[in-house]
Amino acid sequence: MQPPTTARLLLIGLGAVVVASFLPLWASGYILGLLTIAYYFGVFAMAWDLLFGFAGEVNFGPTFLIGVGAYTAGILDNLYQPPIWLCIAAGTAAAITGGLVLALPALRLRGPYFGLTTLVAVLILQNFIVVDAHLTGGEIGLTVPDVISISDTTNYLIALWFMAISGAILFSLSRSPVGLILQASGQDAVQAGALGFNVTKHKLTAFVISAFFSGLAGSLMVFYLGSASVGTFIDITVGVQIIISAVLGGRRTILGAVLGAIFLIAMSEALRPLGDLSNFIVFGMALIVVLLYPNGFFGLLTRTREDA
Amino acid sequence: MTVFWQILIDGFAISSLYALGATGFALIFGVSGVLNLSHGSLMVAAVVAAWAAGDSLHAGPYTGAAIGVAVGFSLSLLTYFVVVSPLQHTRKIREEEKEIFILTATLLWGIMIQQLIAYFYTDNAKTVAPIVQGVVAIVGVRTPANEIFTAIVCGLAIALLWLLVNRTRAGKAVLAASMNPRGITLLGVELSQVYVAVWAIYGVLVGVAGVLLGMFLGISSYSAGPLTASAFSIVVLGGLGSVPGALIAAYVVGYLETLTAYLISPAYRTIPALLLLVAVMYVRPRGLLGRR
Repeated sequence: MQPPTTARLLLIGLGAVVVASFLPLWASGYILGLLTIAYYFGVFAMAWDLLFGFAGEVNFGPTFLIGVGAYTAGILDNLYQPPIWLCIAAGTAAAITGGLVLALPALRLRGPYFGLTTLVAVLILQNFIVVDAHLTGGEIGLTVPDVISISDTTNYLIALWFMAISGAILFSLSRSPVGLILQASGQDAVQAGALGFNVTKHKLTAFVISAFFSGLAGSLMVFYLGSASVGTFIDITVGVQIIISAVLGGRRTILGAVLGAIFLIAMSEALRPLGDLSNFIVFGMALIVVLLYPNGFFGLLTRTREDA
Repeated sequence: MTVFWQILIDGFAISSLYALGATGFALIFGVSGVLNLSHGSLMVAAVVAAWAAGDSLHAGPYTGAAIGVAVGFSLSLLTYFVVVSPLQHTRKIREEEKEIFILTATLLWGIMIQQLIAYFYTDNAKTVAPIVQGVVAIVGVRTPANEIFTAIVCGLAIALLWLLVNRTRAGKAVLAASMNPRGITLLGVELSQVYVAVWAIYGVLVGVAGVLLGMFLGISSYSAGPLTASAFSIVVLGGLGSVPGALIAAYVVGYLETLTAYLISPAYRTIPALLLLVAVMYVRPRGLLGRR
């Protein structure tokens, strides 16, 4: 079997998104709400996959970028109530700045060392949010006065098409020459440099793009939920869920991350009656996939390319 | 002046605990290149086991501590055989990607243990009955005898580890494996046996450190993440894979945290250590005594 081409995969994806657009006609608000969250998570996971799968950066702190974006947008709205789009733009810009800050150590450090820096970035952000409670709402969380819409359908469609467009951009990028160069510099930065590619520039670009989508998705999600808290945006567990989504779906596939995110959110919800055991089962399943099928769902579909 | 002594004494006890927790972590990385992100969960499991033994089985402090250590030990070996070893031997993942897979897998494993503990024993903080009770005055500072006991046990355990690694045949194999894994294979030592030995040593260290920590502070399933993070940062600060470096770093971090807690505010306790870590990684990415 020939590996699916970029155009064909995008077409299949578009078909799936169009079908999903008609879901509000018969699905309940509860299902729509779940999927809305799952779609935002899908964007988080895709943005993470671009950094890890392609640029080869072990980023344990996807929630640093998301959190900076979400909290900037939320705090701005809470203090001054400017138009929502302005808050979202500010959140995205802050996340990009955060991405650049995170990228600086990445240019110097390798592997686990960089991974730790990102973990530390999350812990520091979390500490500051808890300590600066008067501004951020601390451990209780921040309530945002505005929301984009109170209609389940509108929110669902915004999330769906936002995810679709982000996915299309990130996926095309990953299969473009830029994606190849990123992959090369992730695997062997010295050789990629020797071939005449500007590794620093490409890595910075990857960080900026990843931060852009993380921050934008984070800000949009704040105005969907109407609140921001450490537990939903920043906590290490959230970061782990994003990483698991990407790994479950199949790393280095971008689109697989969306499948992983939807699966993860759906499973956690389906098993919710079990309480703490539900997470045990979900993480257990993720562990089994990591141990037995390291290429994830998407790897199973497009197996020919990986096993070569 | 009392505050000075207080910081010196309190800092010493907490630093010794950090040192003990981080040594095992450093040992495993040095020998097999594995960063075990389920570290905190293993410690919490040891605490909860020791607590449960006292609480529901009415075991004495010694029996409880022994049960805690035994649980840390068994879980450590289980981690190696179920999670780490299969990933080290699989052919489905490229060599250079194994590191990230082991990180992800141990992280997942740690969260599974944490959730299981939360399910069966709730996430309330638990304290283990201390083996030594009472208060001793040292240079005018009222110090719980338990703190002194903790520092002594940590010191003894680290000394024993040093003897084991430097004076016994099995220990020397471990040391050699951390220097040159291929070389020791050529000398006819089975590398996987060395790994098992290291994980066994690590299990005992984690168990002891966990039980002592439980006598010192209240530990809940939430503590797993921060415990892993502190061991991770101490080991990176000291230089990944370097046990002496981890020891020095443990005291630096322990004292820095105690100083911050006493002089600024307990709320900022962990921040200076994290900033120091970031600064050290910028200036000297391989840590204080790192080789790689």
